[in-house]
Amino acid sequence: MASPIEQFQVKPIIPIINFTNSSLFMIGAAGLIVGGLLYATRKRALVPGRAQSVAEILHDFVATTLTDTTGREGMKFFPFVFSLFMFVLTANLLGMIPGFFTVTSQIVVTFALAFLVIGTVIIYGFVAHGLHFLHLFTPSGVPGWLLPFITVIEIISFLSRPISLSLRLFANMLAGHIALKVFGGFVVSLGTAGIGIALLSPLPLLMAVGLTALEFLVAALQAYVFTVLTCIYLNDALHPGH
Amino acid sequence: MADPHERNGENERKPDSTDDANLSARLKSLDARISQASAQRAEAEPRPRSKTDSSAIGQAFRYSAEFVSGVIAGGIVGWLVDRLFGISPWGLIICLILGFCAGMLNLLRASGTIKPARYDDKK
Repeated sequence: MASPIEQFQVKPIIPIINFTNSSLFMIGAAGLIVGGLLYATRKRALVPGRAQSVAEILHDFVATTLTDTTGREGMKFFPFVFSLFMFVLTANLLGMIPGFFTVTSQIVVTFALAFLVIGTVIIYGFVAHGLHFLHLFTPSGVPGWLLPFITVIEIISFLSRPISLSLRLFANMLAGHIALKVFGGFVVSLGTAGIGIALLSPLPLLMAVGLTALEFLVAALQAYVFTVLTCIYLNDALHPGH
Repeated sequence: MADPHERNGENERKPDSTDDANLSARLKSLDARISQASAQRAEAEPRPRSKTDSSAIGQAFRYSAEFVSGVIAGGIVGWLVDRLFGISPWGLIICLILGFCAGMLNLLRASGTIKPARYDDKK
């Protein structure tokens, strides 16, 4: 029986240029987003058709999330946040197709995305606010002798952001896909275990069906959570305390 | 959409107006209403996030990631401090403890028990 973590193996497809199945699905996700959105908006009708409505709903959803968290000036980050949301969502949902590779179950990928976010926050924060940005680490109203500790803790807390951002997405996708595979494996091994035990094999099958629905929820939810947290961190770059 | 009252009123006021003028007047009032509505939306401050995550497992993952990442970040910083200053193992020990504190801070902030300190002096 296949091991439940075999699905996460990165296999080279074209070894010379290090093109792996991970690269293939990343390019696939990006191509699907670009192609889908171009197809959906090709008419630019005043009264949207079905495809255009979907594109508009996605746009408005991300735009509302962004402006709710960061205010109107956050809209300058809209292309960045929208790309992130669409990439994570598409990669998560592509991974739900049986036999497909889940790009976001690789911590390298999610950490690269999180690093992009935190890099944007740091660079924009320093460019827009200069050294004032460092006030993020020194909360006001703290007694003087406590300030060094609080500052160090705040810095570590800030450094932990890309880690928690990447860890959350990675752990959710990894755990969900392993659980699905394990329950799928139970069906097979119970079914081949003998007459009496084989009667039990529909039970894990039911569980796998339920888990599949849950995984679709998690795939969408994690893309949303990633986006919301990106917005919150960008908000720190736009309005770092005082 | 358009209020029948309003349309009747306009028709009565200028009974001899052409359809074009009527349409442009209605477009103007629509424009005014749209700009008013968007101004209201722009004025609204960034709303606080609703705290209701739709699934408990998502919440559990979220909080555990917040805490664990604090400890991991502390560990990485401590390891780097040890490598840079050659004071092994003290950097790792101290920074792990501070990382534990940072993880707790993340956790309390994520659960909304304490407000982010940087917003306090705004109010």
